[in-house]
Amino acid sequence: MTATDIRASSATLDRSAVTKPRNMGQIIRWLLLFIGGVLMVMPIAYMISTSLKWPHEVYNVNLIPQEPTIENYTYVLEDGRFYWWFVNSIIIATITTISNLLFDSLVGYTLCKFRFPGRQIVFIAILSTLMIPTEMLVIPWYLMSQSLGWLDSYWGIMFPGLMTAFGTFLMKQFFESVPDDFIEAARIDGLNELQIWWTVALPLVKPALAALAIFVFLGNWTAFLWPLIVTNSVEMYTIPVGLSGFGDEADVAWELIMTGAAISTIPTLVVFLIFQRFIIRGVVMAGLKG
Amino acid sequence: MANLSLRTLTKAYAQTEVLHGINLDVADGEFIVFVGPSGCGKSTTLRMIAGLEEVTSGEVVIGDRVVNHLEPKERDIAMVFQNYAIYPHMSVKKNIAFGLRSSRMSRPDKEARIAEVAGILDMTHLLDRKPAQLSGGQRQRVAIGRAMVRDPAVFLFDEPLSNLDAQLRTQMRLEIKKLHQRVGNTIVFVTHDQVEAMTMADRIVIMKDGHIQQVGTPSEVYHSPANTFVAQFIGAPSMNMLPGTLNGGGVRLASGQSVGTIHTSTTSRPILLGVRPDDLTLQGSGPTVVTGHVAVREPLGAETLIYVTTEAGEVIAKADGRSPPDVGAHVTLSADPANVHVFDADSGSVLT
Ligand SMILES: Nc1ncnc2c1ncn2[C@@H]1O[C@H](COP(=O)(O)OP(=O)(O)OP(=O)(O)O)[C@@H](O)[C@H]1O
Ligand SMILES: [Mg+2]
Repeated sequence: MTATDIRASSATLDRSAVTKPRNMGQIIRWLLLFIGGVLMVMPIAYMISTSLKWPHEVYNVNLIPQEPTIENYTYVLEDGRFYWWFVNSIIIATITTISNLLFDSLVGYTLCKFRFPGRQIVFIAILSTLMIPTEMLVIPWYLMSQSLGWLDSYWGIMFPGLMTAFGTFLMKQFFESVPDDFIEAARIDGLNELQIWWTVALPLVKPALAALAIFVFLGNWTAFLWPLIVTNSVEMYTIPVGLSGFGDEADVAWELIMTGAAISTIPTLVVFLIFQRFIIRGVVMAGLKG
Repeated sequence: MANLSLRTLTKAYAQTEVLHGINLDVADGEFIVFVGPSGCGKSTTLRMIAGLEEVTSGEVVIGDRVVNHLEPKERDIAMVFQNYAIYPHMSVKKNIAFGLRSSRMSRPDKEARIAEVAGILDMTHLLDRKPAQLSGGQRQRVAIGRAMVRDPAVFLFDEPLSNLDAQLRTQMRLEIKKLHQRVGNTIVFVTHDQVEAMTMADRIVIMKDGHIQQVGTPSEVYHSPANTFVAQFIGAPSMNMLPGTLNGGGVRLASGQSVGTIHTSTTSRPILLGVRPDDLTLQGSGPTVVTGHVAVREPLGAETLIYVTTEAGEVIAKADGRSPPDVGAHVTLSADPANVHVFDADSGSVLT
C-alpha cells in the first residue's frame, strides 16, 4: 500500500464515520430553526392577515381571510389622525436616533480613550442607571416635565431618550477595539481631539453605530408607556399610543390596529435596510498589521 | 549641529521609574537605532520624543527648542508605528494626504508633494486603493509615506518591521536605509533586533532596564563593547564569556587553564574573558585560549559553528565550512590578543 492509498482510505473511513451524526445534527438544527422561524413569523402573518379582514371575521383564527379587503388601509390612511401620529413618530425616532449616535459615542469615546480623575465613577454612575426600569422613572419624568412646561410636546416625549446608558456602554466597548495607535497617529498628524473622534474613531466603529441606530430607532418607534403619559392631545400621539385608542371605548377595532401596525413596520424596515449594510465586521483590522 | 537632544530624561509611571536619565545628542541627518531587550524603555523614550508620553523630568530638545510642553503636531516630527496605523476607511492617497492636514501648503503643492512621495516609495499605482487591498509591506510603505510627506525634522520609527516576514523585513530594511540616504532627515529607529540595528544605524544606542549601556557606531559596539551586556547582545552567536582572574597581564581561567599575556593591567582581580566565536581560530595563531572537544556542529554553509566542551564551560567557535573538525575531535582554540575582551567580573564593565 502506498502512502496515497492509505490517505485515501482513511479519508473514506472518516467520511462514513462522520456523515450520519452530522446529518442528524443538521436535521435537529433545521427543525429548531423552523420552529423559531414559525414563532417569529406567525405574529407578523396574523397582523397582516387581520389587517385584511372585515371586523366580523377578526376573532376567527384562520390565517387566510375569507373575504380579503383593503378597506382597513383606506380607512386608516384617510383618517387624518394616523397621518399625524406617523409624522410624530418619524420626527421623534429620527431626532432621538441622531442624538444617541452623537452623544453616546462622544461620551463612550471619552470614557474609553481618556484617563481623567473620576472616570471610573462616571462610568459606574452611567451603568447603574441601566438597573432602574422605565416604570419607576416615568413619575419623576412626568413631574419634571410638568414643572418645566414640557408636557404634550416633542421635547417632552424625547428628552428621556436623547442619550442612553446602554448606548454609551455599547460605544465604549466598541471603542476599546480601536487601537490607540490610530489615535496617536492622528494626534501626530495634527488633529485636535474632536477631529480625531469624528474623522478617525467614528468611521472605525460604523458597525456599532449602525447597530445602535437600529436599536434606538426601533425602541423609540415602538415606545408606548412614556409617550402615553406625557401626551394629552391626539395630535401629539405617536403611532403606538394612537393605535391603542383606535375604535371606540367599548369595542377595540383590532383590524384597524393591525392595519396601522402593518403600515408602521415600513419605516423600521427602511431603517434596518439602510443600516444593516454597515454592520460588517473586520473594518477596524484592515489598517493594522496584515 | 545637534538636531535632537535628550537631557537626563526620566520617566516614571506612578512610583515606578522606568527610564533613569537618558542623555543623547543626535546630529542632523543621523540614523540612530535604539536597541535592547523587551521592556528596556525604547518605546517609552521614542514616545516621549514624539510627545505622546509626558516627560517626568529632563528635557527633549528638537532643533533649538525645548519641546517638553509642545503638542506632538508642534514638534516637527513624524512617527511610523509597529502596527502601521494607517486609517482603514481612507484610500492610500487620503492616508498620505493626512500627514499634510496641518500644513499651510497650497492645494496644487500638496498634490505635487503626495505624487512625489508616492513616486519615491513606488506606490503611484496604489494611490486609489484601500488599506485592506494592500499587502503588509505595502501598508508599511503607506505608513512611511504619511510620515515622509511632511518632511519632518525627525522621523520616529517604533519597530516598523516586526510584523513583516523575514524576507520582506530584509528588503524593507534596505529600502528604509536607501530612503534615508535620499531624503536625509534625522531618523530615530527602535528595534529589538540587533541585526536590524547593525545594518541600518549610523550610531546604535543600546539600552537595558531604562539605562543606556553604550552609544556608538555599529563597528564600535561590535568591536569595543563597553560591558558584558553589550558584548553579548550585539553579534550572533553571542560572545563567549569565560570566568577567570587577571594576573600580571595574563589570565588564569577558573578551570585552571591559563591564557597568555593579553592585558596591560597588572592588578589581580576576578574577570570575565570575552571572545567572539569569529575570533577563535583553530589554527593556533596567537595565544591559546581554551582546549576541548567538539560536542555539536552546526553547518551554516560558508562556515560551521562548533560547540566545544571545555573545562571552562561550553565555547562556541566558527570553523571552516568545507572541512570542519569532527564531532569528538580535540581542538585548540586560540585568539589574537587584540580581539579578546576583559571585563570586570563584578561590574561587567570592560577593563582597558
Ligand atoms: N502605561 C504604562 N504604565 C506602567 N508601566 C509602563 C507603561 N508603559 C510602559 N511601562 C513600562 O515601562 C517599561 C518600558 O516599556 P517600553 O514599552 O518602553 O519597552 P520597550 O523597550 O519598547 O519594549 P518592547 O521591545 O517590548 O516594545 C516596561 O517595563 C513597561 O512595563
Ligand atoms: Mg516597544
